[in-house]
Amino acid sequence: MYTRPERRLLPDPTAESSAFWTGGRDGQLLIHRCRACGRWFHPPAPVCFRCRSLDVGPEPASGRGRVAAFTINRQPWIPGFPPPYAVAMIELADEPDVRLVSNVVDVPVQEMHIGMAVEVFFEQWEDVWLPLFRPATGDAR
Amino acid sequence: MRRVAVVGAGMTAFGEHFGLGIKDLLPMAVSEMAASVDKGLDRADIQAAWFGELTTTDGFPAGILADSCGLLDIPVTRVENACATGNDAVRNATYAVGSGAFDVALVVGADKVRESSARGTFWEWAGLTRDMAWDYPLGLVAPANFALHVARYLHESPATREHMAMVAVKNHRHALPNPKAQLRFEITVEQALNAPVVVAPFGLYDCTPQSDGAAALLLVSEDAVDRYTDHPVWVRGVGLGLDRVMHQHKRDMTTFPPTVKASKAAYAMAGIGPEDVDVAEVHDCFTGVELISYEDLGFADRFMAYKLIEDGVTAIGGAKPVNPSGGLKAKGHPPGATGVAQCVELFEQLRGEAANQVDGARIGLAHNVGGPTAVSAVTVLSNQRD
Repeated sequence: MYTRPERRLLPDPTAESSAFWTGGRDGQLLIHRCRACGRWFHPPAPVCFRCRSLDVGPEPASGRGRVAAFTINRQPWIPGFPPPYAVAMIELADEPDVRLVSNVVDVPVQEMHIGMAVEVFFEQWEDVWLPLFRPATGDAR
Repeated sequence: MRRVAVVGAGMTAFGEHFGLGIKDLLPMAVSEMAASVDKGLDRADIQAAWFGELTTTDGFPAGILADSCGLLDIPVTRVENACATGNDAVRNATYAVGSGAFDVALVVGADKVRESSARGTFWEWAGLTRDMAWDYPLGLVAPANFALHVARYLHESPATREHMAMVAVKNHRHALPNPKAQLRFEITVEQALNAPVVVAPFGLYDCTPQSDGAAALLLVSEDAVDRYTDHPVWVRGVGLGLDRVMHQHKRDMTTFPPTVKASKAAYAMAGIGPEDVDVAEVHDCFTGVELISYEDLGFADRFMAYKLIEDGVTAIGGAKPVNPSGGLKAKGHPPGATGVAQCVELFEQLRGEAANQVDGARIGLAHNVGGPTAVSAVTVLSNQRD
């Protein structure tokens, strides 16, 4: 069972990124979406990189996805964040082109696999709600 | 554009140079380069310099090069393009000489990863190659970045960790006769497979060491080449390619598009194809990256890289030797110097003077990918002008 590490290095939310980092307060994974072309993109930016529209903003995504790739960190790279832990690229169910880098927890590292269905949960540190993932319960798609 | 030739090449040994700063390594590499110029080099002949350095461990790079090498009367430009810095410095100098602006240009690359002047240097380095806000807090350290790509590559292709181990074994063996290499010892596939895991699927021997070092080249125009040598090595092609810095929208993890773009540009300029390359120095920062690069450079069809390493094609004695110097894996990887040092190796290969000579090599290719996988630079060299 996952226990939060002693310490996490935290991002410094900006005007663009604060929705992403604080959406967890309301249990929402907020991902930027373009209202002109309808496509999701990440990280958040003031302009859609696909169609150049300025009409963009955060919207709640399903929080479900699949592991597109992962690695297991076996060395103590970051003080207070003991290995082993899984760093994964999560392909969002809402838009497979959007891939979040996060940790997948609550699963033994040897059982991690590409294609695994996962869902988001949030871990609060000060004014940041880190979106982390764990194996999905029920049907992933 | 005028033709451009390499007429001198030299480098320091790569390794842990705790006692030497960038300002010490630079003149060492430049002196060795000057000594390799067949008909001699008067320092006053050098008209401009391009200096590839990723971090500034001794202070302002262009000034340090001018100062430490006695080049105070020429323009010096610092080039920084992540791990593609070295071959991008070669590219910039090639354009300057090719354009007619200069006849004689110096290209230098240097870095100190084993820098001991500041405790935090390695972490500052890390910040240069990744987005601190998005990925790093979750443990996406530099090796993990490449590990995600290689994990997906192993998932989709027939390649296995054993094939990665074979790359490590080959490059360690190639480094043995190279006096400039950092890791001059042989390893076995079993050792590589049983080594401690760094970030899966990379064990210790899948990773480049951290290195300090410098390398230098002298580039001259076709009009000036006879003053320096009767055995020039021609810069036949250069190329640079980019991709998204972050992983979020990279749909295909099993290829590095910057390498594909950079090599296509370099092949087109050289008027050759991948089949014409006799020897290559490929960016094997991690063993799996060498495999993926076989495909991106056109040496192998998609997902067929494992066959090249299995069949010994890329070993010395094979049809297309890769990393005869030992590569980043065993020669070492001080990023700014890495690409320049690849060209030093090819200069020697194409003149038949290399420590680990590839018989009859006529065309060589040098390749960097970095940032972490967002930029690539490729240089094609040949002992034949056309």
